[in-house]
Amino acid sequence: MPSFLKRLKWADWLILIVLVGAFGYVGLRLEGTLNYTWRWELIPDYFIRYREDRQEWFANLLLQGLFATLRICIYAGILAAIFGTILGVARCAENLTIRLLARTYLELLRNIPPVVIIFIFFFFLSQQLIDALNMNAWARGIARSDSAPAWEFFFGDMRRFPSLVSGVLVLGLFQAAFVGEIVRAGIQSIPKGQFEAARAIGMSRSQEMRYIVMPQALRKVVPPMANQFISLIKDSSIISLISVQELTYKTVELVASTRLIFEAWLTTAACYFILCFGLSLLFRRLEKH
Amino acid sequence: MVQTPIIIAEGVGKYFGDFKALTDVDLIVNQGERVVICGPSGSGKSTLIRCFNGLENHDTGRLCVDGMELREDAPGMRQLRQDVGMVFQQFNLFPHLTILENLIIGPMKVRKQSRAAAEATARKYLERVRIPEQADKRPAQLSGGQQQRVAIARALCMQPRVMLFDEPTSALDPEMIGEVLDVMVELAETGMTMVVVTHEMGFARKVADTMVFMEAGRIVEVSPPETFFTAPKSQRARVFLDQILEH
Ligand SMILES: Nc1ncnc2c1ncn2[C@@H]1O[C@H](COP(=O)(O)OP(=O)(O)O)[C@@H](O)[C@H]1O
Ligand SMILES: [Mg+2]
Repeated sequence: MPSFLKRLKWADWLILIVLVGAFGYVGLRLEGTLNYTWRWELIPDYFIRYREDRQEWFANLLLQGLFATLRICIYAGILAAIFGTILGVARCAENLTIRLLARTYLELLRNIPPVVIIFIFFFFLSQQLIDALNMNAWARGIARSDSAPAWEFFFGDMRRFPSLVSGVLVLGLFQAAFVGEIVRAGIQSIPKGQFEAARAIGMSRSQEMRYIVMPQALRKVVPPMANQFISLIKDSSIISLISVQELTYKTVELVASTRLIFEAWLTTAACYFILCFGLSLLFRRLEKH
Repeated sequence: MVQTPIIIAEGVGKYFGDFKALTDVDLIVNQGERVVICGPSGSGKSTLIRCFNGLENHDTGRLCVDGMELREDAPGMRQLRQDVGMVFQQFNLFPHLTILENLIIGPMKVRKQSRAAAEATARKYLERVRIPEQADKRPAQLSGGQQQRVAIARALCMQPRVMLFDEPTSALDPEMIGEVLDVMVELAETGMTMVVVTHEMGFARKVADTMVFMEAGRIVEVSPPETFFTAPKSQRARVFLDQILEH
């Protein structure tokens, strides 16, 4: 018997049996009562498929969605890091108004359900911005022009560019509040003596932040920021509600058109899990070095 | 010799909430003078010298340093801090910078000197505090005594007119106290105006022009060292001296 089996006590066996039983029951219900036929073999095609007519491989729904999710998360992550750092610094500002504004932003985001926030950001902010900048027409123009491939490498289908912008804005602003808390904690973890030593050589408040406090604080916040980035990837699935065509949205589409309910959702769950768990292992490893 | 006062405190008081940390402090420090402040822990020594460079703001009385009256929001406060060097008990070196960078960041960013000029000054002072070879290390790689000498050099690089020391040797292992005090004695010999909070009475005897004894937020005694160490005027100072000289 492998050694880990020997280490299991009777209580562990009980838990395992209950778990296996529960999964077995769901499985049986799917097979029997619901008469569900598994069609796992269809899933790979929805990642990548060979088109006979054009003689080329192309990324299908799920892979498109995965790419969109990655793009949005990277851009939203950058936005959240920048805006969040500003918020974090503002939380520690000497000026009361600035401190209160940053605090208000955090408390609003913390005490309103994410879905509601996403809709509010979408209708009040990103929609207005996209209209004001006339982004729809501009993006359609790019999509038709010769330089389209270069743009598409960074932003995906240019006709969907405004939606990508919405997704990035909404998700980035949402996550920024939490990044701000991380940065604030980082700043506050810097010993008082550092602020005093900076002031004692005549530095202004902004020099003190820029040259002494922030370089130390930002180094300290790298690990929690990395974890926050993983949260961002998970949270990105809610922007499917504002029709940003990322992985979750594409899965909904796939399920609607093929009825591969269980296969599609399990596959999508696996994609998110591999992405997030893989990153968390990677970050843990980097942290050790 | 004409004496020019560089620090003038008149009836200075300081509250922390309801607690009165300083009461009616009167003190004059002249240019080139070396003042040593001692007194029991919690008597307000740190609070007083932190008021001298505006790290704390006094609540009552008048405080003039280097010709400027100190107030919380006075526009010249930053300029003042450039001219008043401070050395802390805990060194407070910048851990993310090398020793050399610790020394040049003030002159470069605050005094707007060129890197070359700042580095030249920095190396000169590293030489003076006898650690020129450590320039490219990080503070954490240095011993406590070395770190404190770097902190002194960092303050000197700003070319201050006064140097404040807040118990510069009390966080050090005993074997490192000497090397820091030696540097301070040499500094005193250059004619620098110094206000030093310390319990190192050997150092005080050697360099002090004036001894200040504080207790419970008040200055109890101001005497020249000859008088202070042999025949202190106040009973409290006598008790205090007996206590620390026993050790
Ligand atoms: N930031 C502060 N907030 C509240 N009380 C303080 C603060 N700093 C000092 N004190 C109090 O003021 C008194 C004098 O402190 P301090 O000047 O540090 O004394 P010393 O340096 O002589 O030991 C102490 O009782 C101390 O507790
Ligand atoms: Mg003290």
